[in-house]
Amino acid sequence: MKPAPALAEGFPDLSGMRIAREPHWFRWLSAALIVLVLAAIVRAFAGGQIEWSYVSRFLTAKVILEGIVNTMVMAVLAMALGIILGIVVAVMRLSPNPVLKTVAAGYTWLFRGTPLILQLLLWFNLALVFPTIGIPGLWSARAVDVMTPFLAALLGLGINQGAYTSEVMRAGMLSVDIGQYEAAQAIGMGRLRALRRIVLPQAMRVAIPPLGNEFIGMVKATSLASVIQYPELLHNAENIYYANSRVIELLIVAGLWYLLVVSVLTPLQMLLERRFARGTLRLAR
Amino acid sequence: MTTPLVAIRSVSKSFGEFQALGNVSLDVWPGEVVCLIGASGSGKTTLLRCINQLAAIDAGGIWLDGELLGFREQGGRLHRLTERQIRRQRLKTGMVFQRFNLFPHKTALDNITEGPLQVQGRKFDEVRAEALELLRRVGLSAKADSYPAQLSGGQQQRVAIARALAMKPMLMLFDEPTSALDPELVGEVLAVMKELARSGMTMMVVTHELGFAREVADRVVYMDQGAIVEQGRASDVLGAPREQRTRAFLSAVI
Repeated sequence: MKPAPALAEGFPDLSGMRIAREPHWFRWLSAALIVLVLAAIVRAFAGGQIEWSYVSRFLTAKVILEGIVNTMVMAVLAMALGIILGIVVAVMRLSPNPVLKTVAAGYTWLFRGTPLILQLLLWFNLALVFPTIGIPGLWSARAVDVMTPFLAALLGLGINQGAYTSEVMRAGMLSVDIGQYEAAQAIGMGRLRALRRIVLPQAMRVAIPPLGNEFIGMVKATSLASVIQYPELLHNAENIYYANSRVIELLIVAGLWYLLVVSVLTPLQMLLERRFARGTLRLAR
Repeated sequence: MTTPLVAIRSVSKSFGEFQALGNVSLDVWPGEVVCLIGASGSGKTTLLRCINQLAAIDAGGIWLDGELLGFREQGGRLHRLTERQIRRQRLKTGMVFQRFNLFPHKTALDNITEGPLQVQGRKFDEVRAEALELLRRVGLSAKADSYPAQLSGGQQQRVAIARALAMKPMLMLFDEPTSALDPELVGEVLAVMKELARSGMTMMVVTHELGFAREVADRVVYMDQGAIVEQGRASDVLGAPREQRTRAFLSAVI
């Protein structure tokens, strides 16, 4: 073995020297500009014809609070329905059975292909098509009594959401390695058990960020149910301004509440993500 | 030893145009360790997958423990078994995969207990005790609560072997169990397999580890282009091959 050669001259030792700060002129400049623009907007609104006292008074009005509760109840129930439908449809879509596959694709096509507000109106007006509904010989009722604003909103939002969620779930399931299905089969699991025990828990890890996105969309989509008289936040805000004509003030109240709810949901999503990340490298470290 | 544990008769299997197995027949006797060698695409992995019915055969028949796999003979015709019946037959074999395929969201212990608890519906305490004993047997007692991502490849494969053994199979199938491992981790997996062979387990091993085959196999089967070219004692097939194709393969590998 040769001895290590001596290092060449002319390359000074820099190990003691500090790295100078970069000035970042452009960042300072752009930040200043944005502050100016924001100040102008705030000033405009402050001087505009908005009675801020109305905003603060109605922010915690009973009708508004009931509205936000109804909004959240509907968002949670419709999302639950959407997730259940989404999983079922995604499983059908990935099954080898051509009948199930076609039905699933048709469902997604129909409910993704028409506007949500149109679907809500159709559900609400179902009585025009079927004056009475029921199971022949067992039970029947007038459709107008059954199809309340609540049920129409739940069906409209939930079934529409199912069409979108099925694609999210399908993507999640496709992300699971085929070897996982085979390993599950090799220890004697059937298709459904493998799905429930092995594939879905892994698919959820991939599906949760887009599902969080979908849920935030759902919270806001409930406002469409105002057109079928479901007493959610926007509907109740509208009812107030029909009476007192403070349109902008009440729209601001509603907007603040939507912002608050969505802001609370984001950290909740992170908690869920952590729960489903069990066993991945990020946690193993 | 009057009847073979596995009897493969004239089995063929194609994937589209590609014939993976052509008219293959083979017996495996109880307690025997059979190593299948051959180039990739020679059909050895497909043969294993047909035995535990991850792949369905096109023609011929495979009997395991005297029972025809996948079909029922009635009125001169073969009727496909139901999914449930196939699952019951599959439980007689344990499979170890090249890429381990451990369940990443479950700990080592939960990977092993999943089958006995969920599929066989056995009691938790008893299953857990057996799983811990299996972990000890593969040298991983300390890793019971580790997730697969926290284990090395060799450790993962040993957990996978324990997971297959937990179902108490009568036949163990190994599909290139060391091919995905770093060279320094191969030995620990082979050691577990050797111990298993000594304990009398019937094993079919697809492998490129000729040293393992020479040391452990009762019989070596050389396959090429979906057919068995040559078989016999390890020392004969590996030491003094009769067929030209076997010689060509061995000189390319060694």
